[in-house]
Amino acid sequence: MSSYSAWDEKHAGEIIDGLKSTAGATLPILHALQGAFGHITERAVEMIADALNLSRAEVHGVVSFYHDFRRELPGRHVLKLCRAEACQSMGADALAAKAKNALGVDWHGTTADGRVTLEPVFCLGLCSCAPAAMIDDKLVARLDETSLAATIAKARA
Amino acid sequence: MTLIKEQDFGTPVSSAAQTVRLTIDGVSVSVPAGTSIMRAAAERGVSVPKLCATDSLQSFGSCRLCLVEIEGRSGTPASCTTPVAEGMVVHTQTGNLKKLRRDVMELYISDHPLDCLTCAANGDCELQDMAGAVGLREVRYGYDGENHIHDAKDTSNPYFDYDPAKCIVCSRCVRACEDVQGTYALTIEGRGFDSRVAAGPTNFLESECVSCGACVQACPTATLIEKSVVEIGQPEHSVVTTCAYCGVGCAFKAEMRGNEVVRMVPYKDGKANHGHSCVKGRFAWGYATHRDRITKPMIRAKISDPWQEVSWETAIDHVASEFKRIQKTYGKNSIGGITSSRCTNEETYLVQKLIRAGFGNNNVDTCARVCHSPTGYGLKTTFGTSAGTQDFDSVDEADVIMVIGANPTDAHPVFASRMKKRIRAGAKVVVIDPRRIDLVRSPHVAAQVHLPLKPGTNVAIANALAHTIVTEGLVDEKFVRERCDWSEFEGWAEFISQPHNSPESVGPVAGVNPQDIRSAARIYAKGGNAAIYYGLGVTEHSQGTTMVMCLANLAMATGNIGRRGVGVNPLRGQNNVQGSCDMGSFPHEFSGYRHVGDDATRAMFETMWGVALDAEPGLRIPNMFDAAIDGAFKGIYVQGEDMVQSDPNTEHVVAGFSAMECVVVHDLFLNETAKFAHVFLPGASFLEKDGTFTNAERRISRVRKVMPPMSGKADWEATLEIAKAMGYPMSYTHPSEIMDEIARVTPTFAGVSYGRIEELGSIQWPCNDKAPEGTPIMHMNGFVRGKGKFIITEYVPTDERTGPRFPLLLTTGRILSQYNVGAQTRRTENVLWHGEDRLEINPFDAENRGIRDGDFVKVQSRAGATSLRALITDRVAPGVVYTTFHHPSTQINVVTTDFSDWATNCPEYKVTAVQVAPSNGPTEWQEHYAELGKANTRIAPPTAAE
Repeated sequence: MSSYSAWDEKHAGEIIDGLKSTAGATLPILHALQGAFGHITERAVEMIADALNLSRAEVHGVVSFYHDFRRELPGRHVLKLCRAEACQSMGADALAAKAKNALGVDWHGTTADGRVTLEPVFCLGLCSCAPAAMIDDKLVARLDETSLAATIAKARA
Repeated sequence: MTLIKEQDFGTPVSSAAQTVRLTIDGVSVSVPAGTSIMRAAAERGVSVPKLCATDSLQSFGSCRLCLVEIEGRSGTPASCTTPVAEGMVVHTQTGNLKKLRRDVMELYISDHPLDCLTCAANGDCELQDMAGAVGLREVRYGYDGENHIHDAKDTSNPYFDYDPAKCIVCSRCVRACEDVQGTYALTIEGRGFDSRVAAGPTNFLESECVSCGACVQACPTATLIEKSVVEIGQPEHSVVTTCAYCGVGCAFKAEMRGNEVVRMVPYKDGKANHGHSCVKGRFAWGYATHRDRITKPMIRAKISDPWQEVSWETAIDHVASEFKRIQKTYGKNSIGGITSSRCTNEETYLVQKLIRAGFGNNNVDTCARVCHSPTGYGLKTTFGTSAGTQDFDSVDEADVIMVIGANPTDAHPVFASRMKKRIRAGAKVVVIDPRRIDLVRSPHVAAQVHLPLKPGTNVAIANALAHTIVTEGLVDEKFVRERCDWSEFEGWAEFISQPHNSPESVGPVAGVNPQDIRSAARIYAKGGNAAIYYGLGVTEHSQGTTMVMCLANLAMATGNIGRRGVGVNPLRGQNNVQGSCDMGSFPHEFSGYRHVGDDATRAMFETMWGVALDAEPGLRIPNMFDAAIDGAFKGIYVQGEDMVQSDPNTEHVVAGFSAMECVVVHDLFLNETAKFAHVFLPGASFLEKDGTFTNAERRISRVRKVMPPMSGKADWEATLEIAKAMGYPMSYTHPSEIMDEIARVTPTFAGVSYGRIEELGSIQWPCNDKAPEGTPIMHMNGFVRGKGKFIITEYVPTDERTGPRFPLLLTTGRILSQYNVGAQTRRTENVLWHGEDRLEINPFDAENRGIRDGDFVKVQSRAGATSLRALITDRVAPGVVYTTFHHPSTQINVVTTDFSDWATNCPEYKVTAVQVAPSNGPTEWQEHYAELGKANTRIAPPTAAE
């Protein structure tokens, strides 16, 4: 489970100031801001651009390139289902349909209660134990209907 | 007439001296090392299919269409990213390559709408051309797969549309924005199949985009396309001409359909702009056919009467009879005229000739009086020539760029892009300006030193820079001994070494850290090739001329003059202000800056013109107003200058005009000055006449007529008729004949003719027997005046002081989207970016006065008051406020004073002590003026034909 602070411009500024002299500072700053606030706000994009003397568009290009940088706050838990070939061959598509149905959301959606965000991922590198999933930072191998239901139930509890 | 299509070589030219020989398709070719295979092939006439390559941009290698085979190498490398090598054998057409290219094209077209017939780029689409070139006949994948065909258009920019459905993500637009324009407003958003061009997180209008058009020009498809092309269709012929906005003087192709402009496209062979443009020249030309254009001559007895439309004949007769009557009643010197820095050299020359020979006096002046007259005087005195020393290309070799009192990214944007490119390549930047302009800090550009001096302390700062150079032993003594007058230098060095000129003494006066002054001086003197670029922040001061001389001193003392990469460069404001000065627009000078008191020159003109000429200089603009108020000056012919809006101390200007009996305004629009006019002669825009403009680098470029004059007469034709009616007929059938006369009477123009300009593209004066192809860099082997002259430049503070009643200093300037008095740009969609003048004020000063962002505030000086809305920003330091002067509803020149430069009377626009306070709306003057404006611009309905 993740907990994030509410957006705080002063704190964000301190994070940026602390990292702006590192080489290739854009990514470390983005990671740090997302770690602190759970997502990258438009204001954060402006502040990074200003601090590093880049254009807003350049920072936006970086943020949008990486799926893991979020523009919106996620649910309390993030469930990622691996969509790559090995998992697909072991029934990941059916499990994905179950998950969407159980949560009532599509990919990238967050449940109405704000508990769970569902994400596709390519790939978790657990091909030998496919199909694979990840709930927050924890990997789940050999996923089946039962373990999927249990994972979802735990996350929504 | 046909459409001009410049050849695209795919990648930029290589400047390497060493050449490489290789074989392309069986033919041996020799090209500079570093050239791409693509370019080498193009230079020998073989065009390799391509989409992501264009020769204004570095190669990128993403489209995979330009593949070639190289003997002895495996695979099929991209010809755009592969440089040539000695002995290389290249094949651009093989069976394998044909198949590969066709396969690549098939993939592109599987995600592209097949609407060529109804597409705005039909006939001007590289994707279409390449599909043809590779022989695409089918798309085996079909069109039902995942695609972008229904992506939404972004039509927010007023001049061009972005249609992602047609985008092939070649990144040419993104790269053009970065490499050519230097704004970095575009990016590729997302990744993989989701990759899309985006103007950051917003739409185009709200983004960082400055609408220069480089992306539109770079786009190989209809993805980024001019709205005018969407509306009108493809052009059928083009005419190369010169932009009529700023002093950069960009060459454009006016792309036409009949007499209608479809679009203005920057011309690749243009030597000032090399194919780049800004929002004004590229897009803001709609004023030329705006409904506000007045196309019929008009007269009236009193300025409170409604205007009556009359024939040209009636109007011209009226002008001549009024001017004759006035001269008879009040004397020969009671009339005069103003030449226009917006008009051509030929037109300017004619107006001054009309005044000197036809009116019989020297009462001629031009708007340079209020901008760069100190440049003319200062550089002539020190170097011997009234003009900048370099061409624009010189900046590519500058190691240090010192920008003083200029804001190139707004006022000279195309040249600013060149500067920024050089800065990104490593040149150091020193900015001396009260405001934090974009060159101080903007994406990928950061000045090493910014001296945010208090307005009015230029000379003190320049002296402190020179003090550092002299006392720290940074003088280039060899250069000074060889090229300058050594004893004058010694006198100057002694003066400048005095303690009151030290950074430590000057720092507190100018509000600048002394150490920063020392750093700036060291960078300038020791950083390699150092070039000074300056603007009206230098000249429009009571010590404007002194400051220009300070800059000349700095360049001479450090040897930074007389070669590429250095120099003293005024960034001139108007398209032809250099030209209007060259043509003899000043009351004391004939063309080529020769004094009217010089007997030999005057005798030559008397012979040429067949009339006796006055040896006494005439009235300068401010003297004309003074004389009018005194009752001695009663008639004026104003061609293309809106003095009521642009000259300082508006109330005084209005009083001057109101005291005259015949004011003739020759202009495109009923401008502010026309409110006080008795005769209005309809002018012709730059699209409606032939002629030449001379830009800030002394470059004479052709202006070519693309449509007939809306009023029936080009401006030069109207001037000829006035001359004839005044009893001094002049006879020219084409502006080229006027240029021939200019060449005959002006030594620095002796080699200039339309034929020669046609041959060379453009010519930088001096152009004569000594320099038959013109002179890109001045003073190469010695100064024009002989020895460079050091002048003692004592700092004398302006009489305009802050005090308890007026504690803030107001300074004025321009913004990218608007141009000077705004008569043109206000009549274009550019108002979307800048619809009103705003007062920039520091948060500290705003808070003290209870001013919030967007509040109406009143700006009051000793001269007058106006009100406008506030913009709170730390771009200006505490104690300084700033605004633009583009909108007559603000009329900031009500506030500016009539203090002026000691030598040239150039007004001190840049320093006015003011107080700023919250207000509820317009001031009394603004209300009075608005009423007057309404009353004075009525046009009587046409009377029924008899």
